[in-house]
Amino acid sequence: MMRRDDDAIISLVSRTVSPFIMIFALYVIFHGHYSPGGGFQGGTMLAAALILVRLAAGSDLAQLQFPRSWGTPLGSAGVLIYWGTGFVSMLCGGNFLNYAFLPVSGPPPHHRNLGILFIEVGVGLAVMGILTAIYDDLLEGRPHD
Amino acid sequence: MKAVNYAVLALFGAVLILAGLSLPDRGDPTAPLNRDKSAAGTPNAPSYYIRNPERDAATPNMVTVILADYRGFDTMGEETVILTAGLNCFLILRRERTKEKRR
Repeated sequence: MMRRDDDAIISLVSRTVSPFIMIFALYVIFHGHYSPGGGFQGGTMLAAALILVRLAAGSDLAQLQFPRSWGTPLGSAGVLIYWGTGFVSMLCGGNFLNYAFLPVSGPPPHHRNLGILFIEVGVGLAVMGILTAIYDDLLEGRPHD
Repeated sequence: MKAVNYAVLALFGAVLILAGLSLPDRGDPTAPLNRDKSAAGTPNAPSYYIRNPERDAATPNMVTVILADYRGFDTMGEETVILTAGLNCFLILRRERTKEKRR
């Protein structure tokens, strides 16, 4: 493979822009109740911020930000959050994924509001972890690119 | 053989265009999808989804409510599909570390 040339502008800009992309991604996830957005979109943007640093600084350096071994476990954790929300509402007396039975205070609409938030966080985690893991898997065999 | 393929393709496209021409207009209030009651007299899902998300889930964005609450099972399946795709990439593309060391 070609030798990597460290370009100051590329590494500086990507390092500066990445946190802002993450902030906006979190806004998209947590503001999904009131504006267009949600777990899938926000998770994709989180993965974009992580992959941007991977492309610009190289996978070796990006391990400091998000290690290669975290992608698949985080994705599984997101799916577990989703299924867990369903099972908690089932254990508390409702149907599977009936958020009205979640053990939180307030009237049922607010339970559903909170349940949707849990779901979106789980979806965002899963999408971020899996997309980053797929990028890392594609680099397998070229660990220093 | 290629001419036959293109002929079948053109025929299929013509059928699709014909079917598309007979679809109801967007937002047509008399279309079966947009009626308040279905032909069997039961409430239609779309009008319910448009009227009630604020009351049911205290959430103004009806798309989010449909995606995560009314159609929660569907989204759960989508997420599981994403996880399965990631795990398949993991299984196909990852190599065993021990073999690389031996080389």
